[in-house]
Amino acid sequence: MMESQLVMQQEDFDQVLAVIQKLVRDANSKGVFVVDKAGQLVGEAGELQGIDSTSLASLTAGCVAATSGLAKIVGEEEFPIHFHQGQRDNLHMTLVGDRMILVVVFDERSSLGLVRLRVKKAGAELAKVFEEVRKKAESEMHSASPFAEITDDDIDNLFND
Amino acid sequence: MSFINYSSREINCKIVYYGPGLCGKTTNLQHIYQKTNPGVKGKMISLATETERTLFFDFLPLALGEIRGFKTRFHLYTVPGQVFYDASRKLILKGVDGVVFVADSQIERMEANVESLDNLKVNLREQGYALDKVPYVVQYNKRDLPNAAPLEELQRLLNPLAAPEYESCATTGEGVFETLKATAKGVLADLKKMGA
Repeated sequence: MMESQLVMQQEDFDQVLAVIQKLVRDANSKGVFVVDKAGQLVGEAGELQGIDSTSLASLTAGCVAATSGLAKIVGEEEFPIHFHQGQRDNLHMTLVGDRMILVVVFDERSSLGLVRLRVKKAGAELAKVFEEVRKKAESEMHSASPFAEITDDDIDNLFND
Repeated sequence: MSFINYSSREINCKIVYYGPGLCGKTTNLQHIYQKTNPGVKGKMISLATETERTLFFDFLPLALGEIRGFKTRFHLYTVPGQVFYDASRKLILKGVDGVVFVADSQIERMEANVESLDNLKVNLREQGYALDKVPYVVQYNKRDLPNAAPLEELQRLLNPLAAPEYESCATTGEGVFETLKATAKGVLADLKKMGA
């Protein structure tokens, strides 16, 4: 089934941000990212400012997609939790709902156990927020889309530079 | 599936370059990367084998400018063209907003082109898309080669629905930006339709 467009209003974004900022503190992590399965970065929080989060988002989605393919091969529907251990920094990825990925970057100041515990709660909260976003999008049917009004000239102007 | 963020006033769209192995998908992205201002482009990622064949995907984020106060970003992806990487191709099509089919004009590659186009249709269908519904552009690449097939032949086999089409030589850049622009326009026009 084709996925619908993801539209996030300011209040949705604020809710996501509140959850992930709290997760950064509670899990003692360096950074938290929310990425959709198509590779778009939805939100980020933490001390990892300046990191190439666009690439992080795209590669996260690729990694999760590849792992999900592997899961199906061995007869699992999905591997909902991924953990990558590095020398200093570690990555923890969890699936949230059916289209989002929660990524936590942490080092020796935290631990896998703590991250797992905190991610469980934050993931459930994020799933609720995104479920609301989806419902809202369905009920509003893009009534307030800024793109309904764009003209061919607007599109052409993008390419004039 | 585009992503509209009212908080950062951004719109993100995904364009996928599809086509048979060695048709020039990565070369398209490399040319775009080389010829765009540093402020416009992000880092280009290539997940390739040691022999520079695409293993998983190439990725290039571009910020084109603003429409009605919204920053417009396009994420360009290529798929691995080799037949046996079909699982990877399916994954990359997830959430696609526009497709470029890069055809290899060489007469010897005609069968590979047709096979890749059929594969695109099948993989799109699995995601719930149809080729005639997704913004779609055909690029006939390697037009400079002496063994390039006649254009009419390529059109007949690869573009029966008369999608926008461009002749190109990705190594020199000819036709590369024209293809990208046409695809981006198609994606934005589609957004306009959805919002109307």
